[in-house]
Parts: sequence; structure tokens; C-alpha cells
Amino acid sequence: MIIEHIGLKEISGSLIVLDGVEGASFEELVELHLDDGTRRNGRVVQIDGDRVIIQVFEGTRGLSLDNTRIILSAHPMELPVSGELLGRTFSGVGKPIDGLGPIFSEKSLDVNGAPINPVSRQYPRNFINTGISTIDALFTLIRGQKLPIFSGYGMKHNELAVQIVRQAKITGAEDGNFGVVFAAMGVKNDVADYFRRSFEESGVLSHVVMFLNLSNDPIIERILTPRCALTAAEYLAFEKGMHILVVMTDMTSYSEALREFSSSKGEIPGRKGYPGYLYSDLASLYERAGMVKGKNGSVTQIPILTMPNDDITHPVPDLTGYITEGQIVLDRALDSNGVYPPVSVLPSLSRLMKDGVGEGFTREDHAPLANQLFSAYSKVQDARSLASVIGEDELSDVDKAYMQFGKVFEEKFVSQGFHENRSIFETLDLGWEILKCLPREELDRLDDKLIEKYMK
Amino acid sequence: MTNNTIYGINGPVVTVKNTKDFSMQEMVRVGHNRLIGEVIGIDADTTTIQVYEGTTGLRPGEPVVGTKAPLSVTLGPGIISNIFDGIERPLKDIEKLSGAFIGIGGNISALDESRKWPVHFTVKSGDEVTGGTIFATVPETQSVEHRSMIPPTICGTVTKILPDGEYTINEPILTVTDEKGREHEITLAQKWPIREARPIAKRLPCTVPLITGQRVIDTVMPIAKGGTAAIPGGFGTGKTMTQHQLAKWCDADIIIYVGCGERGNEMTQVLDEFGDLVDPRTGRKLTDRTVLIANTSNMPVAAREASIYTGITLAEYYRDMGYDVAMMADSTSRWAEALREISGRLEEMPAEEGYPSYLPSRLSQFYERAGRVETLNNAQGSVSIIGAVSPQGSDFSEPVTQNTKRFTRVFWALDKALAYARHYPAINWNTGYSEYVTDLDAYYTEHVAKDFMELRARLCALLREENDLMEIVKLIGADVLPSSQKLVIDIARVIRVGFLQQNAYHSEDTYVPLKKQYLMMKAILHLYDRALQVVSSGKSLSYIKDSGIYEKLIKMKYDIPNNQPELFDDYIKEIDSVIDAIL
Repeated sequence: MIIEHIGLKEISGSLIVLDGVEGASFEELVELHLDDGTRRNGRVVQIDGDRVIIQVFEGTRGLSLDNTRIILSAHPMELPVSGELLGRTFSGVGKPIDGLGPIFSEKSLDVNGAPINPVSRQYPRNFINTGISTIDALFTLIRGQKLPIFSGYGMKHNELAVQIVRQAKITGAEDGNFGVVFAAMGVKNDVADYFRRSFEESGVLSHVVMFLNLSNDPIIERILTPRCALTAAEYLAFEKGMHILVVMTDMTSYSEALREFSSSKGEIPGRKGYPGYLYSDLASLYERAGMVKGKNGSVTQIPILTMPNDDITHPVPDLTGYITEGQIVLDRALDSNGVYPPVSVLPSLSRLMKDGVGEGFTREDHAPLANQLFSAYSKVQDARSLASVIGEDELSDVDKAYMQFGKVFEEKFVSQGFHENRSIFETLDLGWEILKCLPREELDRLDDKLIEKYMK
Repeated sequence: MTNNTIYGINGPVVTVKNTKDFSMQEMVRVGHNRLIGEVIGIDADTTTIQVYEGTTGLRPGEPVVGTKAPLSVTLGPGIISNIFDGIERPLKDIEKLSGAFIGIGGNISALDESRKWPVHFTVKSGDEVTGGTIFATVPETQSVEHRSMIPPTICGTVTKILPDGEYTINEPILTVTDEKGREHEITLAQKWPIREARPIAKRLPCTVPLITGQRVIDTVMPIAKGGTAAIPGGFGTGKTMTQHQLAKWCDADIIIYVGCGERGNEMTQVLDEFGDLVDPRTGRKLTDRTVLIANTSNMPVAAREASIYTGITLAEYYRDMGYDVAMMADSTSRWAEALREISGRLEEMPAEEGYPSYLPSRLSQFYERAGRVETLNNAQGSVSIIGAVSPQGSDFSEPVTQNTKRFTRVFWALDKALAYARHYPAINWNTGYSEYVTDLDAYYTEHVAKDFMELRARLCALLREENDLMEIVKLIGADVLPSSQKLVIDIARVIRVGFLQQNAYHSEDTYVPLKKQYLMMKAILHLYDRALQVVSSGKSLSYIKDSGIYEKLIKMKYDIPNNQPELFDDYIKEIDSVIDAIL
């Protein structure tokens, strides 16, 4: 039932209040027609009898209590979808902004999506070769996984994401069957432009769908940007059978938009002013990654977030880490030492790796080798902290070997060129090579048989 | 009853105005789609309802209908091997109804109502029965015999009974006439409100360990059958991995695994893996003893709050049949957050970190439903609860961790540093503890070895001593320590790497029987005793290091199969010959 209503009761921040509305439905889409002929969209966020609270996506500037006509559309926020999405650029709420006009939609889908039934999920096992040694060897990306990059301002997370997109497209997915959905939330114009140019250079632009909510765009739209992007991704993956990589940046800006919205609604804040439902809200985005039984496609997510003050215990990285299947953490010390990609190995993790590597996926030595590299590198940290107290010369021989191992590991293994694409076998062989820095009895995670076979 | 309609909607919270028709915690049906909800607040003019499904599209004016019963689960054959959402709706049926993505509404019964179960009666006409009396058995799965019980509120004489045969869960198969002459028709299925503990005859002390096959748990920090344990840890420290290991290998009869606000892929993994794995005790598939309750993080938040209670009620039901049940809740923090979210929507005054002030009482009510008991039918059963806690920012001083610590008796603290070093299970032996050690003393002494507890105490003492020494080593290096202390560090390394670390992906090491745990411990301490002789003889410890005996002991967990404990004799002999050669 479409309802038309004239006049507002109250305006507060991005929220408007209407009185005397009968039959509004929860979370339905609302159109606002201003006297000057412009149009805005909004969504019903709370209903109390005949009083309705509406969140206006584009902001309430210029609205007065009596210059606006409101139409309640009786359906939730939807995104028109079709195969034509590919190659197009949309605003944060899914309106085409590339001047190519509207798309011919096959149907419209509710942007909020619906949870995937756990019994319908296909457990992800297919290894994605990103060509980046640290990721492939130590925290393998699996098709259908959600693996965020935890970064900080000024670090090279965008480059890393671009390199993953460029190099990951080759393996596994058949040509033309691979697509990228890119959601920019509150990032600077030049960052969005950097991504666009990089996609163009690597020749994938015709397979990219972009949703841009830049830092000067309305904040409330930002809450819908990832939802639109994921709706497009789900459509392409589960109805068109494509393998979709979703890059979402920056989740911290998204969460801040949510915080702003929550406080303007007068909700009780949780930690650092973020709403108590931040976990559920983030989960409703991240959990949209995955594979479904009987369907060909997949949605793999690489959300990027900047940790304010490089603090991993900040609510956004903290809650993200609890939902996603691992994380890639970037490290400022490595970054300032010129290591690219500056991946901090110890806190990074891929939870799905255990079932996607080894014989039949990559190589039999993959899991034990990764385990050994982790355990050795964690001992490097102990040796370094000891060396900073008593001096490197005073270290025992074993600790000196660890110091050497740490250096070689960071210079040769972690560090690699922006255009360097290492195969998984090159990466694993490199891992064995640098383990030679250590005495054999320190290799307690490796079988003797494996050492015989691979330590050349 | 008047027609009640929706007045306000805010997320999962719906209000109804001016009605006296509802009672607290009554289950209601909301809207044209008949969404399931529960009354959580009543005042003079407003009744507040939390809805267990998505509320998008609801309108004021849609009907709200009471059911005159509290939110309940259906108990009967068909629970085991099933996977439910937070309010006991089978996800497989939801899949049939709405496809791979979960839709809204729908009337789905919890248990298959058309399946016929072979019923064997254990009572006859004229028998006196009381609440809890087992009146029939049904082979529910190949490893679980379902023992149907008279509901706890009924007692009287069996006046009518059908012959053994095949019946569905809703067919009246038995009639009980109570002393007032009222007839009660009994079916295989019964209902029980999820927020109320099922009655028992009496509580028993927890003196039998829940054997998990994990060395750091069974030997260092054991849990008793009927006990409570918390697994707190930041993300990536292995909470879920530990829960999975326990669900796979612990020696409970029934496992209730509640995925509360966690990842969808994890539940899929449990489904996949448990279908393939074989229970070492029965030789049957692990799914034959497992119930999954999956309310993933993107499913409705109110149902997440209920899922914990649904789980514990199912656990109590099987306990009443005389089974040992273990319930894993992953993660209770998500449940607490669901409480916080709903409390926020109700605009209640928040206490610590926005959590409602009743958080501690809710946690204690939940954990107190664990225990080893004598059931109404004089059998013994137990419910053990193992709850994962996800502290925000890995900070154990936050309210959920602290309050959980108060009401659980085992604290398996997961440690980030250990996880970073890929030391799994990353349970920190210095900050974790178990209060059951003394209660279980007699069991270990009698069933494993006389000196088990003594060896355990020595092992823990060595680890504590190492911990103190490491403070010094971090400052000045290990070289300056006297050789007796260097030996402690060397042996502690063997204990840490060879004993505490356990490889869940190794076919032998993933589950280790108590006997082997004991022999491993004994071999390591034997080496320590003999090495002390080297120290007192003044010879250098590097001889021991160079002999490779440390590495040999570290790898014994892989080299000695679980079923060949006699091989440990060779290790003892080898230790002796190495030390004798040095001396």
C-alpha cells in the first residue's frame, strides 16, 4: 500500500519524524519530494503507533516542516540487478553515476539480503593463489572466505588489495567467470580513482562493479553502500554463477557512520560510543560471503579497515576479527622499513587454511612448513627483545641463528615486488630455503621425511 | 480475548497497547506472517515483545496472538543428529521451505511429525508411574536409545497402553489416570519451557572426569562430568577449535553444540566433519550423538538469546534419561551481547559497558543448570557446560569474562602469545585453572595410576618454576643460570612442546587416552630425575642436549601409537642408557 503524506513533525540530524501515518511498514523505503523539485530517499527505522521515524539518506539540509511530500513505497530498499551491472559505477545507494543511464533490470532485490542457511552452505576449500608469498604460504585465501586487511592510515593496504585482485583472477576461475565488486565507503576521491585506474590497467574493469560513497558523500548513504555491493555480489555469484571478489574499504568509516546514525536516534552507546549492535550489524555484512551447495559461484570478501591509532583492540577491528575467518594485519614498523607488503606475520591468520592446503590442494608440506615458519618467527621476536637488552654479540648461537633467520625472512619472504607474482611452489621452496638459517634440531614442527625431501 | 495489534516497532522489539491478555514470557505470534515472539515486559498500557525473526515489513495494526504458553521446546525422538535454529526449528526443513537463504515466518514443527518410530514399552497397564518414569524406549540413532519419560508434572496409574509398534511422536500411546481420576494422554513428544530448569531428585558431587583426550585439559586442568568450564580468548586464539576438539572426542554420551552468534562456515564445517568422523567408543558416526543448534551471527538477535536456553533444555532432557551430556556454547559473549542489544532497545538503565545489570544473574542461572544429578527415575546423569567467551579487545577484565569466571569452575584461558607461536591448544597453564583437581583425585588414583596426581603436581611445579625463570632469562639470557635451573628450562621445553602442545590434525595425537598421557608424563619426569644426577655430578648438560633425547621425547606423541603403550619401556631404557653413558 503506497501512502502519501505531507508535512513533518520534527527534524533531527538525518532523522525526520512524521505524525499521523497509518500503515507504515518497518524498514520500508521512503521517497521525499521537496518543493524545489528534488528528490531524496529514506527508510523507516522506528514506528510508534502513528508516529514514524525516517532516516534520510542524503541528509536533511533544506528540509522544513512543510516543504516536503513523503511517499511510503511499501517495499524495503531494493537494488535493481541484471548482468549489465558489470563494468558500471554506482553511488552508495545504487544509483548509476557513470552517465550511462539506468540499467535494464531483470529484477529488484532487497539490499538487506537474507542469512544463508548453515545447512545450505558449501564449506570453502578451494585455494586462491594470490601470488603473494606471505598470504599463500601462511594465511591462505580460500574461495568463499572473508579475510579482512587490518591496516592503519598511510599504509599500503590499497596496493595490497589491488595486487590480490590482479593476481588472484588468473587461477581457478574460468575466464569471464570472475568479477570484482568494489565498495568504497568514506574513502578519498583519489583512493577510489586509484582503484579504478588499477582495475583498468590490469584489464579487469569490464568485470568490476563499483559502488562509491566518497568521504564527502552523505554519511547515511554509507550504511547502505556495502549492502548494495553485497546484493550485487550475491546476485552475480549465486544467480549468474560467477566467482566474485568483494573489496570493501574502509569498514572503519562505515562503522563511524553507523555510530553517528545511532547517536542521532538517541540509542544507548556501547564501547567507544559505537552502538551495542555493531557486532550484529557487521556480521550481517561479513556473513554474506560464502558458497552455497548446488550453485557454481562464490562470494569472497576482502574488507579493508584502518585501525585508529594502530590499535587492534579498537571495537571495529576487534569485532571484525571475531566475525571474519582470519585477518591480515599490516605493521607500521615493517612499512617504515620499506618492506612491501608490510604484513605482520604473527597476528595474521586464515581460519579456513587448514582444510584448503596440503596434498590435493597445494602440496603435502604446506601445513607443517607454515607451522614451522610461524613458530620460528615467533622465536625471532624473543631473540630480538633479548638482543635489545644484552646486545646481539652476547646471544647464544641458536639465538643468533634466529636473528639471521628473521632478517632473511623479512627481506626475502615477506618482501616482494608490487608486480611480482610467485607461484605457490616458488613460495614453498623459498620457505624451505630460508629455514636453512636454523639448526636442524630447531625444526620441531617438521617430519624428518619432509626435511629429507624438500630441504635441498 | 480482544484483538490485539502491533503499536510500535523498533528492531526486534514490538509493542502492543492497552491489553491485559498477555502474561510474562508467554510465547506470541506476531503479524500476518505469524512470527514467533516472547513477552518480555508488561506495564499498565504497553506490552513489550521480542521477536525471534526479522521484523522488516511489519506494520502497526497487524495482529498479535497469544499462545497461553511460555516459549517452549518440543522434546522427543528425532532431536539427535538434527540441526536447529535458536528456537528449535530444523534448518533442513527451513531450507526446503525457503531455499538456501532463510526467509521469514512459516509454521515449522520442531520434530518430524510423520516419521514412525519403533516403540518398546517398559511399563504395563496398572503400573504406578510418576514424573520422570521411563515408559518406553525408542532407538533414536544407532548409538542413542531414546528413553521416553512421563512428563514431570504427571503421576498416577497406567490405565491404557498400546502394544509395542511403530508410532509417530504425536499419537497418544499411553493413558495415565491420576488419583483425582483425571486422564492424561501421553505421547512420545512433550513440551518444556526453555527458561525453566527440569526437575531432578538430587544433586551429586562431581567426581568423575569428562575425559577429552586433550593432555593440557585431562592432565593439567581437568573438568568433571557435570562441571562448568569457560574458554575465554581473543579472536584467533582457538576457542572454536578447542570446542570442536571437545565435541569430537570427549566421553559424553550426547553432545549439544550451540553455535551462538558465530560464523556460518563453522557450523557447516561441524556438519561436514562430524558426518565423516567415527566415535572411538561406539564405532558409529559422531553425528549419531550430536545435536547442533546454529544461530549464526547474521540470524535474528533475539533467537540468539534464546538459543542458549534451547540448548540447555535439550541437554537436561537427555540427562534425565540417564545420559552424560556435554553442552558446548560458542560463544556466550554473543549471547550477552544479544541481552545488551535487547536491553538497549528497551531503554533499560545500563550497568558496566552497556550490559544490563542482570547480566551476572542470567549467567549464573545458566551455568547452575549444569551438574551431575540423580534423576527422577533414580538414574545418574550429568550436564557439563563448556562456554566460550570472546572478550572484547582480548581484555579479560571485561564484564562477561569476569562474571563467567565467578560461575564456572574451570578457566581455560587462551593466550594470544601462544597462538601467535602456533602453540595449540593455546591454553595458558599459568593463568588457567581447574577447581576440580581435588574432587577428581580419587578417580585418577584408582583408574589411571596411583602416582598420577603426584606426577601431575611435579609437572605443574616445573612449569611454574620455568615461568619464574623466564623473567630472568628475558633480562639476561639463559647462559648465566646455574645448571640445575638450565635443566628446568630444558625439561619445561620438553613439557611444553612435547606434552602440552597437541596436534589436532594428527591422527594419533588428536585424541590421547589417559594411560598414554600418564606414561608420557612419566617418561619426561623420569628424564628429569635422571638428568638431575648429571647436574649433581657436575657434568655439562650439553651432553644430554647433544644426545637428541629431548627431541626424541618431544616426538614420542607421534612416534608411539595410542594402542602400544608398551613402547614406553624402550624410552625409559633409552633415557637410562643415555644418562648412564654421560655419568
